[in-house]
Amino acid sequence: MSLFELPILPMSATIAAGGCASGGCVTGGCASGGCSTARPDQASETSRREFLKTATTLTLGAMSLTLLPGAMAGDESSSAATPPGGGHPDAKKPMYGFLIDTTRCTGAGKCLTACRVENSVPEGQARTWVERYVHFKDGRVEVDLVPEIGYAASGEPQPEAEDVLRAYFVPKLCNQCVDAPCNQVCPVHASIKSPEGIELVDADRCIGCGYCVQACPYGIRYMNHETNVADKCNWCYHRVMRNEQPACVEACPTGARVFGRIDDPDSEISKRLATLPTSVLKQHLGTIPLTRYVGLTDEVT
Amino acid sequence: MEYHALHDAPFVFPNDAHPAWSIMIVIYPYITGMVAGAFVVSTMYHVFHREALRPVARLAVVTSLCLGSCATLPLLLHLHQPQRALNVVATPSPSSAMAGFGFIYSFYMLVLLVDVWLLFRPAIVERAHSAPGPWKNVYRALALGVLEITPRAAEIDRKLIHALSVIGIPAACILHGYVGFLFGAIKANPWWSTALMPVIFLTSAVVSGIAVLTLLYLFLCRSSRMEPDEECLRSLSRLLWMFLVLAVTFEFGDLLHVAYEREEEWHVIRELLVTKLRFSYLTLQVLIGALLPLLILPIPAFTRVATPAFRHACTGVAAVLVLVQVAAMRWNVVVGGQLFSKSFRGFVDYPVTWLGREGLLAAAVVLAMPMLLLWGAMKLLPVWPPNPESDSGVKA
Ligand code: SF4
Ligand code: SF4
Repeated sequence: MSLFELPILPMSATIAAGGCASGGCVTGGCASGGCSTARPDQASETSRREFLKTATTLTLGAMSLTLLPGAMAGDESSSAATPPGGGHPDAKKPMYGFLIDTTRCTGAGKCLTACRVENSVPEGQARTWVERYVHFKDGRVEVDLVPEIGYAASGEPQPEAEDVLRAYFVPKLCNQCVDAPCNQVCPVHASIKSPEGIELVDADRCIGCGYCVQACPYGIRYMNHETNVADKCNWCYHRVMRNEQPACVEACPTGARVFGRIDDPDSEISKRLATLPTSVLKQHLGTIPLTRYVGLTDEVT
Repeated sequence: MEYHALHDAPFVFPNDAHPAWSIMIVIYPYITGMVAGAFVVSTMYHVFHREALRPVARLAVVTSLCLGSCATLPLLLHLHQPQRALNVVATPSPSSAMAGFGFIYSFYMLVLLVDVWLLFRPAIVERAHSAPGPWKNVYRALALGVLEITPRAAEIDRKLIHALSVIGIPAACILHGYVGFLFGAIKANPWWSTALMPVIFLTSAVVSGIAVLTLLYLFLCRSSRMEPDEECLRSLSRLLWMFLVLAVTFEFGDLLHVAYEREEEWHVIRELLVTKLRFSYLTLQVLIGALLPLLILPIPAFTRVATPAFRHACTGVAAVLVLVQVAAMRWNVVVGGQLFSKSFRGFVDYPVTWLGREGLLAAAVVLAMPMLLLWGAMKLLPVWPPNPESDSGVKA
């Protein structure tokens, strides 16, 4: 990664890590009410120095993901045992990553319900979904969505086992792009990056223009039918700031979804990133996703 | 990346099922395009001295102003949080292409407003003296209290009008080129993402501006039993033909390039064109809207065959077809770009509703509003050029 790929962070948008004192939720659809983010206009201005520091950290973090998985293992400062969220505003911001291991996903769909409940996602819209790819012996490839209630309960006719060459599941969620098009196009700073590099929507600022929905190449964003503002997966930022795992990760019975600190070489995600070959979605678009995949095929768009 | 038979095994991302941009986003570039296009016609007279266009030069700026006054309406109707609309100018994000609209639009409208005021100042001042009853006060207010025009002031006005027209040309180009950029800069969408989008939008804008002005002129002449000026219509036909050639070259040249190079997005675009957009693109935008007027327009533009009435009819029909073409083009870009999922494996339906904030009815009202404004403006201001002998020194 070159200097030209430095992520652009909104200087006015410092998201205070720690407890939510103000109640100014930036994530909108948080059901738990335990959102630990302060509105950018209420938070303190990020100084230029801090901005550069954060940008550099983020870039280095992205480098470790995109180019050198596990390369930061020897970095003393990054392995400091700061808890997620830091607690102290001056503490070094943790860097997070998400790993999807498609070889482990069984299409159980538990993550889907967990996300919908956790984030009050309206019916017909999704922060995360799971795609099933079925390669038939006659060369056809069919893709469908794993139903939230599971295939068995859905009553949908299923492909005959003898016709199928191979099948696999691909969970989708926000890629938390380092160079996020959704963030770039938002005209009013309602799409903001947290200091940890997580892309958030400020529901109190969003004017509902839908430009970010068009700009996300992954179909992740939607105009929430109920709140009438843009919405998307934010890796359960409110949970992460409370030192918890995202709801989908917690619900996954097979460990196909791994979330954690990529600046901590002892974390589960760092260990897996160091040993497994991973890739990202639509790499040619240059969005530099932080969500990485194991076992992606070129059928997956 | 591979694309597979989109309709054999369709798969649509869940959030793609509901297109985020409605018919209002189709109308927004349609109106903005006419704003820019009509202004360009007026500059043909005021800056490039095409005398044949004198009969429509004033009408052009007033039309542009009326259309421009309504250009933000579709955007407002589209926003899900319209009460926060002003945040676009209050807390704009410099990285966003959309954030620039407020500034570009305001600048252009300011230029236009001052231009119109200066252009009509002699008439306003004259009416401030001669208008009956309360109208006198209306014109006094419009004259901003300056009830006399000295020869020196008239000369300054003339220079200012020229300067504003000159400034207005790049402003109009930026205004509409910028609208094209809003789409062209979305790399997530292969149907939009092209560097040519600003140019495509700009040329089609000029075309729509000339067409709407031509129709207005024909309509107003007919309704006031005035004989349309032969040379003016000929000049409008020529301009329309020339800019249509340019628009078509850019529109289809770009597509041809993608098709011939078999760029990766071609597979999804081809499916789009032969299925969902077959009528609105191939029939309306290409055949009826572009090819037909390209064949018709040379008659009134370059020949003197048959009667003037026949040639005027040709110009009128071509102008209507061109307006259909540009509307179809806006539809095909805005709606067409949302008809396929970003999975590139399936299409979605576009629900067209009649009622509601973003329904067809609201769209019709938005399109009718500039015409209502124009009707009002024509009651207030003399859009036809003054007789040369009563010309007060300001180039009409
Ligand atoms: S995946 Fe889409 S919504 Fe998420 S950061 Fe990237 S562009 Fe934005
Ligand atoms: S919908 Fe909201 S978050 Fe998305 S670009 Fe518009 S203002 Fe920004």
